[in-house]
Parts: sequence; C-alpha cells; structure tokens
Amino acid sequence: MADNFTKGMARNIYYGGSVFFFLLLMGLTFDTMLELPKRDHRENITEAVAHGKELWENNNCVGCHSIMGEGAYFAPELGNVFVRYGNGSEETFEAFMQSWMAMQPLNVPNRRQMPQFNLSEEEVHSLSQFLIWTSRVNNNDWPPNKQG
Amino acid sequence: MKFESQSVAKPYFIFALILFAGQILFGLLMGTQYIFGDFLAEYIPFNVARMLHTNMLILWLLFGFMGASYFLVPEEAETELYSPLLAKVLFWVFAVASLATAAGYLFVPYAKLAELTFNELLPTMGREFLEQPTITKIGIVIVCLGFIFNLGMTILRGRKTVVSLVLITGLIGLAVFFLFSFYNPDNLILDKYFWWFVVHLWVEGVWELILGAILAFTLIKVTGVDREVIEKWLYVIIAMALISGLIGMGHHYFWIGPGEYWLWLGSIFSAIEPIPFFMMVLFAFNVTKQRRFEHGNQMALTWALGTSVMAFLGAGVWGFIHTLAPINYFTHGSQITAAHGHLAFFGAYAMIVLTIISYSMPIMCGRPQGNPAGAQRIERFAFWTMCIGMLGITIALTIAGVWQVVLQRIPDDAEALSFMATQDAIEPLYWARLAFGVMFFVGLIAYFASFFFGYSEQEESNLTATTTES
Repeated sequence: MADNFTKGMARNIYYGGSVFFFLLLMGLTFDTMLELPKRDHRENITEAVAHGKELWENNNCVGCHSIMGEGAYFAPELGNVFVRYGNGSEETFEAFMQSWMAMQPLNVPNRRQMPQFNLSEEEVHSLSQFLIWTSRVNNNDWPPNKQG
Repeated sequence: MKFESQSVAKPYFIFALILFAGQILFGLLMGTQYIFGDFLAEYIPFNVARMLHTNMLILWLLFGFMGASYFLVPEEAETELYSPLLAKVLFWVFAVASLATAAGYLFVPYAKLAELTFNELLPTMGREFLEQPTITKIGIVIVCLGFIFNLGMTILRGRKTVVSLVLITGLIGLAVFFLFSFYNPDNLILDKYFWWFVVHLWVEGVWELILGAILAFTLIKVTGVDREVIEKWLYVIIAMALISGLIGMGHHYFWIGPGEYWLWLGSIFSAIEPIPFFMMVLFAFNVTKQRRFEHGNQMALTWALGTSVMAFLGAGVWGFIHTLAPINYFTHGSQITAAHGHLAFFGAYAMIVLTIISYSMPIMCGRPQGNPAGAQRIERFAFWTMCIGMLGITIALTIAGVWQVVLQRIPDDAEALSFMATQDAIEPLYWARLAFGVMFFVGLIAYFASFFFGYSEQEESNLTATTTES
C-alpha cells in the first residue's frame, strides 16, 4: 500500500465509515418499522396465527422446509404453500392440510420422509392459519411461480 | 510460548476439533439422505442432523475464536491472562452445555425438548441456527460475558495493540448482536428482520473483525513483517467489511417483507462485499512476499494464505454471483445458497480457526518452530484434500442450484417442475456432492492424524544436539 496513505488515515476510515453506516442502518430500520404494518398486515395475526407460528417453531419445521426462501432446502417452500394447494380457498387448503399431516410418514421407499408430529385437528388449523397469513405478506412477489 | 496462561487455549482447540468431526459426520449423513431420502430417517431425521451440523459448526467456531483469543491476547498485551481459572471454568461450562444440547437434539424429539426447557416462558427455539433451548442461549451469553471480561481486563492491564482492540471489538459485537436471538415476536416478518441482526451482523459483520485480527496476528508471527504495515492493512480491510456489510444486510430483505428500496440498497452494497475479501488476499500474499524470515511452521502460513483465498472465493465470489436482486429473485433459497454457505463458512471461518490452531498448537506442545516435517507433510495433504473436497461440494451444489432454477423457478406456473420432481432430476449432482464430502472427510482424518506424528530419529538427534549446544 502507498506510503503516503498512513495508518492513521486507515483508522479514521474504519471508525468514520463504520459509525456512519451503522447509524444509516439504524435509520433505515426505523423507516422499515414504519412501513412494515402496511406490508405484513399484522392486524390479521389472530391467536390461531400466533399459535401456528409457535407450532412451526416447536416442531423445527424450518429444519427441512424453507419459508419465504429461508430455512433448509430439503423439503418444499411453505411460504406460498397456500397458493400452491389452496386454490384460493381457505377451506380447501385446511382440508388438504388435515389429511396431509395425518398421512405422514408416507413410507415410500427412498423418498424423503416427513415425520408424524401427532398434531391435533385444532393445531393443524392453527398451522394452516399461520401459513395462510404468511402467504399474504407483500414480499415483492417472491417466489416467481407457485412451485416455490 | 511467551506466557504460561496462553495454554488455556489448548482445551478450547481440542474441543473445537471434536465438534468439527461431529459436524462432518452429520454432514455426511445429510448428504446421504439427499439421495436416499429415508436413510436412517426413523432414528435421525434430516432436521435433527441439520441442527447438529449447523449448531456444531457455530459452537466449534466459537470455541476456536475463544481459544484464539486466549492465546493471542496475552501475547499482544505482553502480560499473563487476567484469570486463567475463569477461562478454565468457562471452558467446562461451555463444553458441558454444548454436549448436553447436542444430546438433547439427538435423543429427545424437538417439541419435547422445547417443553422440557420451558420454551414457552421465553420462546426462542425453532428458528434456523438459533435452535438452541433458551437456557443454552442464556448460557452462551454468560460464557461470552465472562470471556470478554477476562480478555478486557488483560488488555487493560497490558499493551494495547490494534490487533487485540479489533479482536475485542469483534467479540463484543458478537455478544451484543446475539442478544437479538431473544427477540421472537408473533409477527414472522419482524422475527425474520431481527433474526438477521444475529446471523448477518455476525458472519458478514463483526466476525470479519475477528477473522482479520487472527489473520493479522498469525501473519505478524510467521512473516516478521513490521506491525505498522500489517495494522494499516487490517484497518482498511475491516473498514471495507463494515462499510459494505452493514447496509449489505439489505440482500436478505429482498423477499421477506421489507420495502422495495432494500432491493437497491442490498444489491449495491452487497456487490462491494467481495472487496474486503479481495484485499485480504492481496494483504496475505504481499506480506508473505515481504517476509523477513522463513518460519519453521510452514503450514501455519499455508493455512493463512489458504484462508484468504478460500474466503474470497466463498464469501466474495460465491456471494456475488447471486446477490443482485434480479438474479436473487430466481436463486433465493436454492442449492446455490447452500453452495455459497458451505464455501464461505469453511473458507473464512473454519479455515481461520485451523490457521491459528496450526500456528499455536505446536507452540503449546513445546515446538516453537512448528511440527516435525513428517507431520507437516500430512497436514499439507489434509489442507489440500479438505480444500479441494470443499470446492468440489461447492461446484456440485452450484450446478445443482442452476439446474434447479432452470427447472423449478424460471418456467411459469403451468410449466414449472415441482420441488420434489426437481430434486429427483438433479440427483446426480447430489452423488457428486457426497463423493466430495467423503473426500473432505478423508482430509479431516489426515488432519487429525498429523497431530500424532512425531519426529524421525534423525530429527530427534538433531534436536538433542541443538539443545545441548545452547
């Protein structure tokens, strides 16, 4: 590195740059917090949706699936699973969820296996509500198609 | 070894390597389950194997960072560690907590584990990489606080170098941002937004300070280049890391709810994230060219150079290829993400820990000029086997990812293949990945073997001769 560029100058860029961009990040975060309610529709987070999120976490669903593209890549994306299997109807989707969850594990030789989580009907309802709410968040139209 | 208390690093490194081996074994299991979906699925379902794979990685890197700090800070500060006893106690606390958590994952169904650890009191579990029970998370915070206190007191008592100040800044950042793991609201979008404050601000933020400090320390030691020169590089590298990385967090905010300006900010700033890694390559090779002596521990220098190159490829190049929003729209959450994750974690963070282990372990075992030539030859074989194995994994997953995008993401609703059908189609790449995984494992075994390789008779007699002369 050039000699007329001193260690002091390098240090100042480090301190100045990191403080400036950290404050900018805080400012952008503040702005995002103001904007998010319009995009995530938090007014629709019912008790069932919140309970569904808790079930999602307590059964480590994200250990195989992704949700909005985040998680594991071993099993299908579920952020848009309502779009994929619901056909626009919450009733259709819930009926699908109840039977699908009851069918596990499929025990097809060599196929990736989803465990049986022994969820009650009410719990599957909550989980479905959580996934329906998630699919309605404005996330810049991801994924590109319904396959996720 | 200049100070007796530096040797508290030893158990940290040994335990780190044990967890590293565990991580790789569960990785191989998952690589197999990607091909034979039901392989051992009854006993170790994929989600459990993945939790063990990623959590063991995080833990062994933390053990490695701690060991590195305990070794490096007293030497930089030119004083004994403030409290070696505290370091030893915290080691056992952390080791036992890690093993208990791993056992919990392995032997108790996850929902049961959440219940047993009273997750409902302060729900933090079940989120990627933050699967640890809340009680374990609290333990991690306590261990980190004790650790930072111990180092801070040592630095305050002794010489304050740029290396140790950058290191402790990184470690404090690590502890502070980990606190966001306790924030888990009902709103998934808020949860995700602040989840990245742990994950992104760790690996693309403060961990780069830790990486830079350890690399700078090792290069000072094995090249003898003037500290002033090395510290200037260090400042510029970490400056660029934070300038690009802080707003670069936007590349995670494209598709999880936050507004549209993040598409621009995330693309622009994360596009410059490779620069600090490129500078790290220039730094390492420049300093090596200017070295004042040939250090007997050639492997330490090899690891240091290797870290800079592999970190640049994994974090820099493989990050860049899918970071621009129009591309990421199609690649987000595909096997390309997995490819990047593997090479970046290995190249940047696994390799920097292996670098400091390679430099410091021989010293702690009474070999200041490095291990015997035979041991270094085996370690060199291990270095290349692991690096090529990991590059193979990365390339296989990248091709798998591109193929996945072509089949599943680019076509419209009517034409796109389903996720499961796509996975069947790209199976040949999973075979390649598994093969390179086995290669990596061979490298790992060789690496462990290198620790048990002594002097030849010739070297032994030379050593005795030198000792009697002096």
